[in-house]
Amino acid sequence: MTKNKEQLREISTQVRRDIVRMVSLAGCGHPGGSMSSAGILTELYFNQMKHDPATWTRDGKGQDVFILSAGHLTPVYYSILARTGYFPVSELATFRRFGARLQGHPSVQKGLPGVYQASGSLGQGLSVAAGLALAKKMDGAEERVYVLCGDGESEEGQIWEAGMFAVHYGLDNLIAMTDWNGQQIDGTVASVAGEGDLKAKWEAWDWNVIVADGHDFDAIAGAIAAAKANRGSGKPTMILFKTVMGYGVDFMAGTCKWHGKAPNAEQCAEALSQLGETPLGDF
Amino acid sequence: MKKYTDTGKKDTRSGFGAGLLEAGRKDPRVLALTADLKGSLKMDAFAAEFPDRFIQCGIAEANMVGAAAGLAISGKIPFIGSFAEFVTGRVYDQVRQAVAYGKANVKIASSHAGITLGEDGATHQTMEDIALMRALPGMVVINPCDFNQTKAATLAAAAWDGPVYLRFGRPGVPNFTPEDQEFIIGKALVMNEGADVTILATGHLVWESLLAAEQLEAEGISAEVLDIATIKPLDEQAILASVGKTGAVVIAEEHNSAGGLGEAVAGLLVREAPAPAEFINGGDRFGQTGTPSALMKAYGLDAEHIAEAARKAVGRK
Repeated sequence: MTKNKEQLREISTQVRRDIVRMVSLAGCGHPGGSMSSAGILTELYFNQMKHDPATWTRDGKGQDVFILSAGHLTPVYYSILARTGYFPVSELATFRRFGARLQGHPSVQKGLPGVYQASGSLGQGLSVAAGLALAKKMDGAEERVYVLCGDGESEEGQIWEAGMFAVHYGLDNLIAMTDWNGQQIDGTVASVAGEGDLKAKWEAWDWNVIVADGHDFDAIAGAIAAAKANRGSGKPTMILFKTVMGYGVDFMAGTCKWHGKAPNAEQCAEALSQLGETPLGDF
Repeated sequence: MKKYTDTGKKDTRSGFGAGLLEAGRKDPRVLALTADLKGSLKMDAFAAEFPDRFIQCGIAEANMVGAAAGLAISGKIPFIGSFAEFVTGRVYDQVRQAVAYGKANVKIASSHAGITLGEDGATHQTMEDIALMRALPGMVVINPCDFNQTKAATLAAAAWDGPVYLRFGRPGVPNFTPEDQEFIIGKALVMNEGADVTILATGHLVWESLLAAEQLEAEGISAEVLDIATIKPLDEQAILASVGKTGAVVIAEEHNSAGGLGEAVAGLLVREAPAPAEFINGGDRFGQTGTPSALMKAYGLDAEHIAEAARKAVGRK
């Protein structure tokens, strides 16, 4: 069941191939943050979360729940959901097409399995996750709620409102993760808004804060394990994953230029060649 | 014409509080959330009886909307309460994405709506909320007329599967509809039958319209008054039947002219059965400080103005 590091590398490489191909096929979309968070979500969905696509329902009963607050990261989200069995991998080819369940940003309107909530307008998902976590507490459920935010997204005031709420209600079943890649549409996060030291800020908000390398599977697993062990402390956990936007393809890495831009045919071929084929196969 | 008795002035927000408590007793999934306005929203009794189901969110409305969506996805029935402006305009994007587009079963309890909020002034007197909420696909919009009807509407909102915007007010107003009435979402109520002109009213202006109908009767004008407690979905059949009979209409609401009940009805009539129409609303203006009754008069939202509009509409037939 549990995937070893070699398997995780293979899966996350395939996920990055999916991302490049989906965005390239659609001619638009957001590859940068999807590439930076691919390893985190691979470890989360394949090794850490208690979830079962076969019995999935939107109310999340009996399962760990994941909310994508940074809703533009649909390429990585849909690839992970398809490759864990929520819907056919072949459906990835419909990304952003008219009539598709794979809307540009997550939607519940067409009932795509695995998606609990609409997102895209930034800053809202942490609040929704907090509500889900509070409901699990009220119901005495043992499962957890995970949420992925962006560092650029954390410029939204609502993130910090949710931060206060989650502490006030002692939501130690809430594990938030930030894809701390330091980039946003208009440039580096530091140059755009000077967001500063996220670790110090979340600590000041009285969260249990963990910083980890988001491209090292041991570090990712260790961080999530530590967050799980935090249950009973009465504090929510924020894992700040240090990542590189566009990770995995040299000309996409470390720049905001690929936040929301599709590679052309030539760039797509080059990206896929750098990522390398895997036995898992393309859609 | 039918006579209504004012059984004593009561605020509609207290009708919400009474309905919330009863809904909470009926269904353990019902929760109450507020952003530091527990007392103003009349949630005290609910919070005292169900302390574990009352969620104080602090002055952070955006998070309250999102958290409510999360609770609703989990199968709860959260009522989020604040002043009308702060659960609509302030959090429009959150209501749009997390509740309406997100298909979350959240009930928006919107108090101190309209100009009758009074002395706090225009920052708090939203006259645009119906327009904002009506524009959202799938959102039910309810604006009951008195304490008893607000209580009944609250119970109906709790039982409804989907987002509901429930609008009510702060001042004491006549309580005249039956106690323990059943509230059917989407159904207009014929309060008074008449032959010469239809008055379609919502919220606090239903009582004012009944007073106007009495004045008109004394002049020999027979006015039919409909209580449009649900603005969306609109009871098109009832409206068309009444206007088809009387041939003239007045639409009265404590809201601005843009996007409210008036424009909803105008759209319907233009499409189906054009008739002379007059509008009673706040126009294209912000409110200001004053007592509720002084403001209602100054903004033309009272029985005298409704009666005058009815005379005009009849004269245009």
